[in-house]
Amino acid sequence: MGTQIAKAVVDGVLTGGVYALMAAGLTLIFGVMQIINIAQGIFVVLAAYLSYVLQVHLHIDPFIGLIVTMPLMFVVGVVIEWGFIRRLKAQNRSALSILVTFAVAIVIEGILTQFFSADLKTLNAWYVEKSLHVFGFYLPYIYLLGFVLAVVLLAALFVFLYRTRAGQSIRASVQNRTGAELIGININRVSAITFGVGAAVTAAGGMVFGATNSFNPNSGYDLISRLLVIIVLGGLGSIGGALIASIVALVIEDVTAVVWSPIWASTMFFAVLVVVLLVRPNGLFGRQEARAQ
Amino acid sequence: MAQQRAGEPAHDPLSTPLLRNTRRAVLVAALILAILFPFLFPNPAITSVAMFTLLFVGASSAWNMFSGFTGYMALGNAIFYGSGAYFFANLTAHLNLKGSIGLFALVPLAGVFAGFVALPVGWLALRTRRHTFVVITIAIFFIFQLLAYNLRSLTNGSSGMQLPIPPWNAQTYNDYFYTASLVVALIAIGLAWSVRRSNFGLELLAVRDDEDRARGLGVHTTRVKLATFALTGFVTGMCGAIYAYYLGSLYPPFAFEAIFDVTIALMAFLGGLGSVSGPVIGALIVEPLQQYLTLKFTGGGLSLIMFGVLFLVVIRFLPEGIVPSLGAQLRKRMRQKAEVSPSPPPVKFKEAVSPRAREVNGGVSR
Repeated sequence: MGTQIAKAVVDGVLTGGVYALMAAGLTLIFGVMQIINIAQGIFVVLAAYLSYVLQVHLHIDPFIGLIVTMPLMFVVGVVIEWGFIRRLKAQNRSALSILVTFAVAIVIEGILTQFFSADLKTLNAWYVEKSLHVFGFYLPYIYLLGFVLAVVLLAALFVFLYRTRAGQSIRASVQNRTGAELIGININRVSAITFGVGAAVTAAGGMVFGATNSFNPNSGYDLISRLLVIIVLGGLGSIGGALIASIVALVIEDVTAVVWSPIWASTMFFAVLVVVLLVRPNGLFGRQEARAQ
Repeated sequence: MAQQRAGEPAHDPLSTPLLRNTRRAVLVAALILAILFPFLFPNPAITSVAMFTLLFVGASSAWNMFSGFTGYMALGNAIFYGSGAYFFANLTAHLNLKGSIGLFALVPLAGVFAGFVALPVGWLALRTRRHTFVVITIAIFFIFQLLAYNLRSLTNGSSGMQLPIPPWNAQTYNDYFYTASLVVALIAIGLAWSVRRSNFGLELLAVRDDEDRARGLGVHTTRVKLATFALTGFVTGMCGAIYAYYLGSLYPPFAFEAIFDVTIALMAFLGGLGSVSGPVIGALIVEPLQQYLTLKFTGGGLSLIMFGVLFLVVIRFLPEGIVPSLGAQLRKRMRQKAEVSPSPPPVKFKEAVSPRAREVNGGVSR
């Protein structure tokens, strides 16, 4: 039992890192633009399919393929922000953005279904099948590599946000959108870059997701609900919060599967949010939400 | 946004006696058409689509009654749909009831049950606001869906539950369900309409416009929100019960369906958020269209693409929904006409609204 729980904790931490990668983009987009991007779930799936195409048709390793998929997803993000989000009127913007991004998600799901059918796919590589033997349990290499990738990319994201001019503009826009605009920050450009970066980071998460889970165009819905829970749990707009929240939520889920029963694991994942919000209505690391309107 | 609120100012160019009478005539004609529909189109394939459309009219109106009026975007109303459906299934199973027309009498009970489910759910979710509220309704929805899989003694898990099958012949089978759905849809519309005309409805609108100020002015915000949430649950639960009875079998992913949550919101948005007729018109357009698209392009992703693109187009060009956009256009035209004719100058909207109502609505006249 003890080893099993230990393994569950390790699993939870490792997959938590990957979920943090997927959620980072979502929470960043929320922080800057105050919108919930429902399409984030299908971004993950889209990225997994891109890696899949590169692997099957061009025989490019998924990790190396990120050199292609991440810029590609950046472009997808920028195009969607420019084409749909920017055009929303200020009134009702946050509610309409949910519908717009949901419609975008439906369209992407339809395109993926058209090309790949609804059959389950999975990414294959030596590190998906082979496992590392430590402390009496087996750990697939992909979990370790995925976690390392998540740490590297999240660190890069922090460097980008805290050490570059564009990152500074983004943080300024998170703190005060109007103020940022007043001191000459081009909010439209910042929003486009944020959406692009959010999608690009998700590309990496999607690749690891595709290697650790089988996926089809329908997988986006389950993902987006989990990602939303994570970013609310961590406090909307906080990347560090998203990292800790995803690790906490996934460790609890994995440990529940061992000590109670696998069928209650997912329920616990969502129940964590309800319990935390009872005590802290703004999530673990959230700032006080602004007064409605 | 164009809205008819209680104490509507008399100068509204759309409330001339002629237009009011036309509106009344159109409503009566629509009601007669709805009642006669199964006789005009007896084809079961068509009455089935019509029945589902009416269920969505009910569910979308109910959604709008809470989310449209208060501005709280709930994306978990399938909780009530599923609760009503499973309550109905359990009741018929435990009482060993045979399928008959009398079972429709249990539908309101299922609604009441779902209304009671809405109380703790609302109490939990309404502690938060705005985006957090959206996400927590989604989270609670998934908890319910997972419970439906896991509480096997109540739901029989993924093996599903069987409901009594009524002994009606295939030609008229749908008509019973159509009639029941029509009744529920009318109840939903009637409830939404009377809430909209009442002071209670004004309090909900005040919550939408500025919750803190509304509270400061003496609106019991939590109480009115929770009461409306329960009303929404009641109507949605009745829809779910009819749905379960019609299908004849009940499985967790159909009772608690994530797409349902978003579809009813889309319908209300398409028709016009916060107006009584908006969700009705939205449902009348979306549900038949969706059924047609899935029928026409089976299997592939084409129907999804067309559906999504359609919504993007609608949101792009009619961001406020069909009813308010058309209403605004009509008003503009009537005003232009009024300015040409030598009638007394129209009273400004702000002056026509009492100071208190102005205060409650944040001083914004819409």
